[in-house]
Amino acid sequence: MTKKLKILIDWILLAGSTLLVCLILGVILWDIFSKGMSSISWDFVSQFPTHGMTQGGILPAIIGTFLLTIITTLFAMPLGVACAVYLNEYASPSLLTNIIRASIRNLAGIPSIIYGLFGLALFVQSLKLGTSVLSAGLTLGLLSLPYIITTTEEALKRIPNSMREATLGLGATQFETIKDVVLPRALPGILTGVILTISRAAGETAPILFTGVAFYINGITLSLDQEFMALPYHLYMLSTQHHAIEQVRPLAYGTAVVLIALVFLLNMVAFYIRFKHRSQQDV
Amino acid sequence: MSDSKLSAQGLNLFFGKKQVLKNISISFKKNQVTALIGPSGCGKSTLLRTFNRMHDLSPDARIEGLIKLDELNIYDKKIQVTEIRKRIGMVFQKPNPLPKSIYENMEYALKIHNFPKQEIPALIENALKESYLWDEVKDELNKPAVQLSGGQQQRLCIARTVVLRPEIILMDEPCSALDPISTSKIEELIVRLKKDYTIVIVTHNMQQAQRISDDVAFMYLGELMEFDICNNIFKNPKNELTKNYVGGHFG
Repeated sequence: MTKKLKILIDWILLAGSTLLVCLILGVILWDIFSKGMSSISWDFVSQFPTHGMTQGGILPAIIGTFLLTIITTLFAMPLGVACAVYLNEYASPSLLTNIIRASIRNLAGIPSIIYGLFGLALFVQSLKLGTSVLSAGLTLGLLSLPYIITTTEEALKRIPNSMREATLGLGATQFETIKDVVLPRALPGILTGVILTISRAAGETAPILFTGVAFYINGITLSLDQEFMALPYHLYMLSTQHHAIEQVRPLAYGTAVVLIALVFLLNMVAFYIRFKHRSQQDV
Repeated sequence: MSDSKLSAQGLNLFFGKKQVLKNISISFKKNQVTALIGPSGCGKSTLLRTFNRMHDLSPDARIEGLIKLDELNIYDKKIQVTEIRKRIGMVFQKPNPLPKSIYENMEYALKIHNFPKQEIPALIENALKESYLWDEVKDELNKPAVQLSGGQQQRLCIARTVVLRPEIILMDEPCSALDPISTSKIEELIVRLKKDYTIVIVTHNMQQAQRISDDVAFMYLGELMEFDICNNIFKNPKNELTKNYVGGHFG
């Protein structure tokens, strides 16, 4: 075999793999959009489900998912960022910090249904928060923490030490240095990580299953101690639990389109932040 | 002879098990420029950073010995490290202005030390004049500092240090990232600043050491080999290694 042929084969293998991945993504998207777009209308996103959920819209599920992600973000972002700052800026390398880091990595690998069970035990029962949007949001927050900590730590590591020395050398305390220099510089990276994590959490079903999501609720409530509807669970329910599965199939696909659009939107925001940050750095 | 402003006695520094500074005793005279020279890895920057406790953040750094600013032991547990760094300022190898405007860079130093608000503008103007930067930036104080040229950025970093009225300014190869014209401006500035400050500068550049320093310390493998007035080090070194180094035979 000639060298040229070898190179060509290597290239075909690599490019082919990439193409295959794109193709799979394309097929999934095409399948969902072709079957779901017919259900999408203004009414679909602004109306309540009616007639035993065989007609009408998914408004409560959209609102529920929004409320859920807000709670998740408010809980997981400050805690995760603080934890990452401690690990990267304060903690000196030791056996203890290595154990902490390993634990965080392992947490990221725990199946999400386990988080659901844990959330049920901790938030719903022990802390007596009941099956509610608060319990579910906190459970998703726990699930998100390891990712937020890891991505934040990566963002902090990218800040050159010379930036820290600049303010430390002027007599700033370590906390002032972190607050005034390190965090502002790392913010785009941190936000990107948080948004990507949250957009993943928004699509989770298992952790909210036992902790607060409801099959159907009557009326919109924004109070935190109530059960709620959420897009991923609504989709799961329409496709497997409904009494007239065939009839509601288009609604299920429509819900999938909305969920994907939401996640896609969040991802776009993350890309935008990263892009904007990069063009600022070029100055 | 002017008196000693900053001194080290029997200074040892270890990174983990590795000893980087070996029994160094040295004293820097008030209102003089002292240059620390020596080949790469000889410990001159490490020594410089012991004087404003920059090693505090390295968990594996261990320091033995005494460093005194006048009569004050700077590693005394009762002393705030932030206070030490206000009195002993530092200018780094690579200009490191904050990603803020020129004015905010100056203001930041004053704000963290709680200078009265009404005094800040005058202090900033003064320090910028003192650092030969005022005429170049007075009309664009709100411009991002990173848009200045490298030499201007470094003079801003010097101004940012000077604005706090430190007693000592440590400089870690402040010209190594700059072109010859910017370098000569900074050298001129250093010579002028010694009227008010005591300056310790690490440099790789023999000509620079000769041009600006009063005293020169030659270090080799973590030891202080020779410490004398500039002329003696360059014209009449006592140590064979010093002679070879300043003669350009190694390093």
